[in-house]
Amino acid sequence: MVATLAQSKDDARRVLATMWAIRRFEEAVDEMFARGLLYGTMHLSIGQEASATGACLALRDDDVITSTHRGHGHCIAKGADLGRMMAELLARDTGYCRGRGGSMHIADVTKGNLGANGIVAGGIPIAVGAGLAHKLQGTDKVALSFFGDGATSEGAFHESVNLAAIWDLPVVFVCENNHYGMSMSVEEVSRLERVADRAAGYGIPGGTVDGNDVQAVYEATAEAVAHARAGRGPTLIEAVTYRWKGHSKSDQNLYRTREEIESWRERDPIDRFEQAVLEAETLTEAEVQQVRDQARDAVRDAVRVGQTGPPSSTDLLGAVYAPSEVDALTVTGDGAPAPAAEAAPGPVAASAGARGEAEAP
Amino acid sequence: MTTTETQVETMTFAEAIRAALTEAMEADERVFVLGEDIGVYGGAFGVTTGMLDRFGEERIRDTPIAEEAIMGAAVGAALCGMRPVAEMQFSDFTAHAMDQLVNQAAKVYFMLGGAVSVPLVVRLPFGSGTGAAAQHSQSQEAWYAHTPGLKVVMPSNPADAKGLLHAAIRDPNPVVFMEHKLLYRTASGPVPKGDGVIPLGVAAVPREGGDLTIVATGIMVSRALTAAEELAAAGIEATVVDPRTLKPLDDATILERVRATGRALLVQEAPRTAGFMAEVAARISESDTLYYLLAPVRRLSGLDAPIPYNPDLEKASVPQVPDIVQAGRALVEES
Repeated sequence: MVATLAQSKDDARRVLATMWAIRRFEEAVDEMFARGLLYGTMHLSIGQEASATGACLALRDDDVITSTHRGHGHCIAKGADLGRMMAELLARDTGYCRGRGGSMHIADVTKGNLGANGIVAGGIPIAVGAGLAHKLQGTDKVALSFFGDGATSEGAFHESVNLAAIWDLPVVFVCENNHYGMSMSVEEVSRLERVADRAAGYGIPGGTVDGNDVQAVYEATAEAVAHARAGRGPTLIEAVTYRWKGHSKSDQNLYRTREEIESWRERDPIDRFEQAVLEAETLTEAEVQQVRDQARDAVRDAVRVGQTGPPSSTDLLGAVYAPSEVDALTVTGDGAPAPAAEAAPGPVAASAGARGEAEAP
Repeated sequence: MTTTETQVETMTFAEAIRAALTEAMEADERVFVLGEDIGVYGGAFGVTTGMLDRFGEERIRDTPIAEEAIMGAAVGAALCGMRPVAEMQFSDFTAHAMDQLVNQAAKVYFMLGGAVSVPLVVRLPFGSGTGAAAQHSQSQEAWYAHTPGLKVVMPSNPADAKGLLHAAIRDPNPVVFMEHKLLYRTASGPVPKGDGVIPLGVAAVPREGGDLTIVATGIMVSRALTAAEELAAAGIEATVVDPRTLKPLDDATILERVRATGRALLVQEAPRTAGFMAEVAARISESDTLYYLLAPVRRLSGLDAPIPYNPDLEKASVPQVPDIVQAGRALVEES
């Protein structure tokens, strides 16, 4: 009998730390937005922490993910630095995107996060391409694509899953079914009982798990990752969950009831995992509280660090194209941000790509 | 440049593109090609004929009819260290793939703060003249040139096609490579051997004359050169400028050549409104080149209409040699 995450001290701490970091980060973001400290809009994943955490826990550091507009959780679960994330939301030059991307485009290529995405289903074909690269390069790296139930109505989803299926690509498709694509419920946009039923249409394995059960998400993802790593192709996982907050800042929750929201708050994925940890006596209440406090402090530090960053570079025209040795005209700027990206495990850092030009025979 | 003797061989436009792809794939294992029917079939226009046998199905990847997934897979592979060359069977089909091209490929480098770039080439067979009608004949270069983050290349002859494709593949940014379908077999010419690069952003001036400057793109370059010979017979000498890359645009060469003659005739196959030559006209009028003009800038463009099937009407909808001759003569005679 393999120990569950809740039965291992290290795993329990790690899972709790990640889920609390996501929760506290997004609560801080929510509050800062309400106080007028943040610009633009935000899509919060509070209530969905188990799917991001469980799925990323099944990945290696050199595996890659693509994420969504609701991507803070994925980013944190894949190992991003909270300070640089917060700096990005605060539009600072020290942010992951140097203040050019904001919430919907945070990426950390050095950690294998190819980015959040402002286009629903936009990251799915990219994950397939990442899987293709891994295969062509002869590695056993896996690409995991997070997307929502709304994305499964997009053509990009269908084209991509099919392509990964026929080429046996090492891709794991994780649909976080949070029941609503903005205001349209999943029941209104599909005749299928379950999103995972679509897997049969592409001839690949698929399954539905309780997306608020970090153990269930982890196990399903680990199985899919092993399948992909062994060269046996993609899997579609549906993780059923719920977003407590509105779609974005403009949402007035006209399409759902207070009772429905409340019923899902009672299925809090963090609370559930804490109960399992305490029941298994893996950690004491004091140890759990310590993890919570550390997450709170880490987010406070992130806000402090984020706020101290310099404003974005104003060289916008120099930021559009990577430097090229075969282009006589295009203006390029100062390239990578100050905390220069080290050689990425998977993706090629832009500067390295440019250097590659000189070496090309 | 080395001083070694440059070896040249005669090949068609399609053969020149195939040669560049082949050389790039031999030199760099990161380069691979994906698209519809590019394997056994050799591509709808035969550009990749024989490449499957040479490189195998991993690197010459036949895809389903799924342009968005083709483009997206190319973007993802490019982000993870590969150098994909994606073929859209017809330029028109990029309409299916625009999210991945415009919202993803073009913006990643900027949007992610320069952390990663997308070294991707998209090959687009485009243009009218084959009787393929409105959905298989468009010239959509303005779509791409209007998108920050994309580079747009439009060669007009085999040598440029080869050298520019080598540059496109080596560029770390997404490059839209536009190949006029009529050129594939009709254009034949000397092509340097080897994988020499023609840098992006350098216009060519294939003909010099003192009376007017014709700026033309794609297949309009050869039509402009033919028209220039006819004009010369009538005593009018034309300079012909071929920008070769629309983005980046070597406007310094264009402006200099227009100043030298005082007359500008801008020729494109694409529809007139908001077309690429409107941009060229704007750059002339925004600069002090304006003061050198002896006559207003004149544009010759495709009609603001879809390309029709009827062969006579199809021809009539885009500039032909007599149209260029007539416009050139009028421009000189009226000023």
